[in-house]
Amino acid sequence: MTSLATTEAEAPARAEPRRSGRLLMASAVAVLVAWVLVPIYLLVVNAFGSVAAVSAWPKSLVPEFDLSSLAFFANYAGVPRALLNSFLVAGLTMVMSIGLGAPAGYALARFRFPGANLFRLAVLMTRAFPLPLLALPLTVLFIRVGLDDTIIGLALVHTTLAMPFAVLIMASLFLSIPEELEEAAWTLGCSRLSAFRKVVLPLALPGIAAAGIFAFVISWNEVFAAAVLTIENKTLTAFLLQSLDVSPLPLKFAGGAVLIVPALLFLFAVRKYLFSLWGIANR
Amino acid sequence: MLRLASGEKVLSYVLILPASLFLAAFFFVPFVQVVVEAFTGEEGFTLAHFRTMADDWKFGPALANTLGLALVVVPVQITLALVMASLVTRLERGRDMVLYVFTIPLGISDLAAGLIWFALLEQNGFLNSILYGLGLISGPQNLLDYRNTAALFAAVVVAEVWRATAIVLVILVAGMGLIPKEYDEAAEVFGAGPLKRFFLITLPLLRPSLQTALILRTILAFEVFAVVAVLAGNNLPVLMGETYSWQFDLQDHKVASAYAIVILAISLAFTVFFLWALRDRTREAAA
Amino acid sequence: MADIDIRQVAKRFGNHQALHAVNLTVADGEFVVLLGASGSGKTTLLRIVAGLEKASHGTVIIGGRRVDDLPPRRRGIAMVFQNYAVFPHMTVFDNIGFGLAMQKVPAAEIERRVRRVAELLHIEELLKRYSGQLSGGQRQRVAVARALAVEPAVLLMDEPLSNLDALLRLEMRAELKGVLQESRTTTIYVTHDQVEAMSLADRIAVMHEGRIVQAAPATEVYHHPATRFVGGFIGNPPMNFLPAEREGEGARVAGHLFRDAPAADAALLFGIRPEDLVPAGKGLAGRVRVVEPLGPHQLVTMDLAGHLFRVVLDNDLAVRPGETLTLAPRPGRVRWFDADSGVSLTQTTQPEPATGA
Repeated sequence: MTSLATTEAEAPARAEPRRSGRLLMASAVAVLVAWVLVPIYLLVVNAFGSVAAVSAWPKSLVPEFDLSSLAFFANYAGVPRALLNSFLVAGLTMVMSIGLGAPAGYALARFRFPGANLFRLAVLMTRAFPLPLLALPLTVLFIRVGLDDTIIGLALVHTTLAMPFAVLIMASLFLSIPEELEEAAWTLGCSRLSAFRKVVLPLALPGIAAAGIFAFVISWNEVFAAAVLTIENKTLTAFLLQSLDVSPLPLKFAGGAVLIVPALLFLFAVRKYLFSLWGIANR
Repeated sequence: MLRLASGEKVLSYVLILPASLFLAAFFFVPFVQVVVEAFTGEEGFTLAHFRTMADDWKFGPALANTLGLALVVVPVQITLALVMASLVTRLERGRDMVLYVFTIPLGISDLAAGLIWFALLEQNGFLNSILYGLGLISGPQNLLDYRNTAALFAAVVVAEVWRATAIVLVILVAGMGLIPKEYDEAAEVFGAGPLKRFFLITLPLLRPSLQTALILRTILAFEVFAVVAVLAGNNLPVLMGETYSWQFDLQDHKVASAYAIVILAISLAFTVFFLWALRDRTREAAA
Repeated sequence: MADIDIRQVAKRFGNHQALHAVNLTVADGEFVVLLGASGSGKTTLLRIVAGLEKASHGTVIIGGRRVDDLPPRRRGIAMVFQNYAVFPHMTVFDNIGFGLAMQKVPAAEIERRVRRVAELLHIEELLKRYSGQLSGGQRQRVAVARALAVEPAVLLMDEPLSNLDALLRLEMRAELKGVLQESRTTTIYVTHDQVEAMSLADRIAVMHEGRIVQAAPATEVYHHPATRFVGGFIGNPPMNFLPAEREGEGARVAGHLFRDAPAADAALLFGIRPEDLVPAGKGLAGRVRVVEPLGPHQLVTMDLAGHLFRVVLDNDLAVRPGETLTLAPRPGRVRWFDADSGVSLTQTTQPEPATGA
C-alpha cells in the first residue's frame, strides 16, 4: 500500500477522514460495478443454460456451460441469415462511414475554406434529430430505386447515423497530427498524396480503426430502421424484435447474448479512444 | 492551419463533396419527405393524418409515457453519471478498469438491454429466483403484469438507466478531463470541502458537457423503443413504438410520418430549451 | 549550393498584410538570420521560400531558378521545423533517410549518408530509436541531421532552438554553428532571439511589421541600427532614446549641448547604448532610481529629464539610489535619428550591403 502511505504523508491532517471516505468510495464503486455487470452475467448464465434450465424454477445463478440454448438459437429458422445480414450491414456502414467521413474530416482539420463552418453545422445538426425516423420516407424511395429490403439500403441509413460521428472523430484525429509532420514530408520530397500515405495515414490508422468500430457498433445495435426497412433480409436486431411475441425464452436470451458479444469486444478494442472521441465529438 | 492557394480550396471541396452529397440525399431529402408525407393527402395540404393520430386512443398514453419516461430517466441518468464520474476521477487505482466496466452498456443495444432485464424480471427470472431463495416470496411473481402499467413503466426506467447512463458518463468524464485541476486545488486551498468544490467548481465548469449530455440523452429518450417492446410489449405505448406499428403493422406511412413529426418537434423543442437554459452566461454580462 | 533572391514578396492573409514587398538576397553559402518579434512576418517569409505558403505577390529565385510555382519537394530545400517534426512512427534512421528514400537513392548509399550525418551530429547511438524515446535535444539533432542528409541547396530553419531549455540551447547553438560552417550550405534561419541571431549569422535581417528594416552583419546592426526600432529591439537592455532640441549646429539633449548633430531638416532623436556611457564631470545628469548588480557589470536605471534611462557601468563604481549621476557618451557612439520617421541620420562606417533589387 505504498500509494496510500505517500498520500497520507502529504496530507497528514486529513488522514483520518480520508480513510473512512476511501472505504465509502470503494463500496460505492463496488456497488456500481455490480449494477453494471450482474445483469450481463445473468444473461450469460441463461445463454449458457440448457433449454430446460432457462425455463426452470427457481433459477440457478451459476452457468451450466451447456451449449444447447445457443445451438437451438443457431439452428432456428432465419437466425444464421440474420446474423450474416447484421455483419454485412455493419461492415458496409463502417466502410461507407470511413470512406465518406475521413476525407471530410481531413478537409475540416487542415483547410480553412468558405463553407467549412456550414458543413460542420450540418453535420452537428444531424445529431439533433431522431435519425432512425428517416427510415420512414426512405422505404418509399428505396422501393422506387430497388433498394427496398436490401442490405445496402439499410447500410445507407445506418451510415447517416454513423457518418457524422466519423467526420467529427476524424477531424479531431487529423487535427491531433501536427501539420509540421506533413510539411516536413513535403520538404523532404513528398507530394501531398505521398506525404499523406507515408506520414499521416500510419499515424491516423489506430484512430480511424476506432472510428470504424464505432460505426460498426452503431449499425449492429440499431433496431428501428432495421425493423422498418427489412422484411426478408432481416438483421439480427430486426429478427429478434419481430419474433418477440412468438420466440421461446432460450431463443431470446441466446439472441441477446450473441447481440452483445461483438459490441463488447469492439468496445474493449476502442476503450482507449472512447473518451477522447467523445470529448471532441461533443464540443 | 494552412492558408494556401485556390488549388487547396478546390481540394477541400472535393474532400467534403461525398459526405455533403450523402447528407443531402439521406438526411435533408428524407427529412423534407417526412414533412411532406405528414402534411399532404389526396388533395394537397391536410391535417387529416394528425387527426387520425390524435383520435387513436393510444396517442395520448404514448405521448404521456414517452415524456414521462424522459422526465424520470434523464435526471436519474445525469445524477448517476455525475456520481460515477466523480468516483472514477478520484480513484487512484484501477481507474481504467472501472471506467471500462462503467461504459460497457454503451456497446449494448436497447434491444439487448431489454432482453437482459427481461431475463431478470420475467416470471421465472432471476429476481424472483433470488427473492425466493432468500425466503421473501413463496413462488414466482408476475413482475411484468400487463395490467400493472406502473410496474412496466418502472421496469423500462430501470433498464434505460442501466443501459444509457454510460453515454452520459463518457461525455461527463471527457468534460471533466478538460477542466484544469488548478481550479479545484485553488478552491481547496481557500477552504472548500469536497461537496462545496463539486457544486461550486466542477458542476458549473462542466456546463458545456452537461448541455451536450442533456440534449443527446433527451433526444435518445424520445426514441425509446426496443426496451419497451421487450419488457412491456404493447401494454406501454410509446411514440416510437406507435410510429413503428403504423408504418409496419398498419402500413399507413402517412400517420407514421405524423408521429415522426411529433417526435421531431418534441426533440427540437427540448434541444432549443437546453441550448437556452444552459447557455454561457459569463459572456452575456458584457454585452 | 545556391543563392536566394527574394524580390518584392508580399503576403496578405485576409485583411492582414503579413509582408510588404520584401527584398532580400542571400549569397551562395551565406547564413542569414531573419530576426523579429512574433508577428513580424519572419516565419511567413521563410515558409514562402520553402513553398509551404504561396506569396500574394513577388518572386523567389533559388539558384537562378524561379520557384514560385514549384511545390516544396522541387525547390532543392530542406527545412528544420520549430517542433522538429520528427516522424513518430519511424526510427531515427528512417527519419534521417526519409528524404533520400523519396529520391530513390539506393539503400547502401542511404545507409552510408545517414551514418555520416548521424556521426556529424553525435546521434549514431540513437539510430534504432523512435521519436518518443528521445529527449528534446536529441530530437533537435535528428531534425537537423534529416535536413542535412539530403544535401540541400538551401537549408531553412524555423526557430529550431526555441523549444530547448537555456543550457541546451547554448550547447546546440555552438554545435549547429560548427556543423553548418563545415557544410557551407546557404541557410535562412528564423529566430526571435537576438543573441542566437548575433552568434550564428553572417548577416541579420531584422523584420518589423512585415518589412525588413535592416539587413547587415551583426556588429553593424548592433552599432549602427538603421532605425529607432532596430536600436530598441536589439541589445539587452536596449538603446536609450532622448528627445533633442536643435541649437545652431548642434542639439541640446536633457540640458546638455552636443555640438556634432547631423545637419538634416528633420526633428532629432538622440540614441545611445547603455554600455556606451562613462561617468564624467559634465554631460547627461540624472537621478539614480535602481541599481542592479549583474555580475560583471551593474545596471543602473535613472530618471533623466523625465525619461527612463539605463546605463551599464563597471562594478567598482559605487552608485546608490537617490544620487545624481552625470554621464558622457564614449566618443563616436552617439546615434541620431529622425524623430518622426525613426530613420538613422548617422553615417554608417561601412557601406550598406545590397539588400536586393
